[in-house]
Amino acid sequence: MTFINYASREINCKIVYYGPGLCGKTTNLQHIYDSTAQEAKGKLISLATETDRTLFFDFMPLELGTVRGFKTRFHLYTVPGQVYYDASRKLILKGVDGVVFVADSQEERMDANIESLYNLEENLQTQGYDLMKLPYVLQLNKRDLPNVIPMDELAHELKRKDEPVFEAVAANGTGVFDTLKAVAKQVLTELRKS
Amino acid sequence: MAQMPFIIQEQQFQRMKSVIARLCVECAARVVFLVDRDGQTIAFHGDIGDMDTTSFSSLAAGNVAATSSMAKLIGEETFPSVVHEGERESIFISVIGRSLLVVVFDENSTLGLVKIRAKKASHEVAAILEEAVSESSAFAMSQNSVFSEITDEDIDSLFS
Repeated sequence: MTFINYASREINCKIVYYGPGLCGKTTNLQHIYDSTAQEAKGKLISLATETDRTLFFDFMPLELGTVRGFKTRFHLYTVPGQVYYDASRKLILKGVDGVVFVADSQEERMDANIESLYNLEENLQTQGYDLMKLPYVLQLNKRDLPNVIPMDELAHELKRKDEPVFEAVAANGTGVFDTLKAVAKQVLTELRKS
Repeated sequence: MAQMPFIIQEQQFQRMKSVIARLCVECAARVVFLVDRDGQTIAFHGDIGDMDTTSFSSLAAGNVAATSSMAKLIGEETFPSVVHEGERESIFISVIGRSLLVVVFDENSTLGLVKIRAKKASHEVAAILEEAVSESSAFAMSQNSVFSEITDEDIDSLFS
């Protein structure tokens, strides 16, 4: 839920990166963190296992600038991708303003993508959201790997509505900011409507 | 569509600030935070030193979300408060509807004192938050011009 503080003239929004295990959600955040000026970001918090797999969530606050005299701050979260962390994923979706689904483009991860997307729809529903009405972007990640499914085919399989679709290689930053910009734009557009 | 924004008006913010400032003094706390359950800092008062307050709020909300789910798994509706006691610094979190009152205190105070004072402050904060929530929609309408006038160029300029 967007939080607007008229006293400090701030708009706070929550964006969640969702997707199957090892699809590159944390890598997206890491790239945003590494590429953002110090004054525009807070710490990148990672609640991860000893082997660097996300256990609960990754979090970073990002200040984008001022709109109509209000500072806009985006709180970026990732969810743990592994199937058995579903309880955590549900919690992180609470209060979400926009979702990025990070798909792994490799052939062998297609089933995991579909399962995770289905899980997203289901978990959003339990929190009272409808994916069809929520700001949403589809990112097709790992496009640099040799065994990827062609973009059209993958997008056809995973698209749920008329959401923007971006090819990405999060490890080198390709498509990361385009994705973020597209979801942030939708969130602010929703604010204009409300 | 996403949910209706939660709007804190200036006078509500100042009233909340004064409640948590008083609580901070009354229970000799180091710092008191009011945090949205989604992890956003609403207000704080006290000595934050070089603490990263944004991360702190996000983690406090994650903590309460996790313990609330644990409560349900053992048949409790919720845990109305959560305590973490450290060697020097401790944290007391009281759940107030969709917000959290978080008191950070050290050996200058006691858990008992914090609990008693926080209980009273929680009622006052709850009343203000309830007012903020119920007025959010009408206030948003009255302030329509601010956000309805956001242009695509305004949004694009954030990423330039």
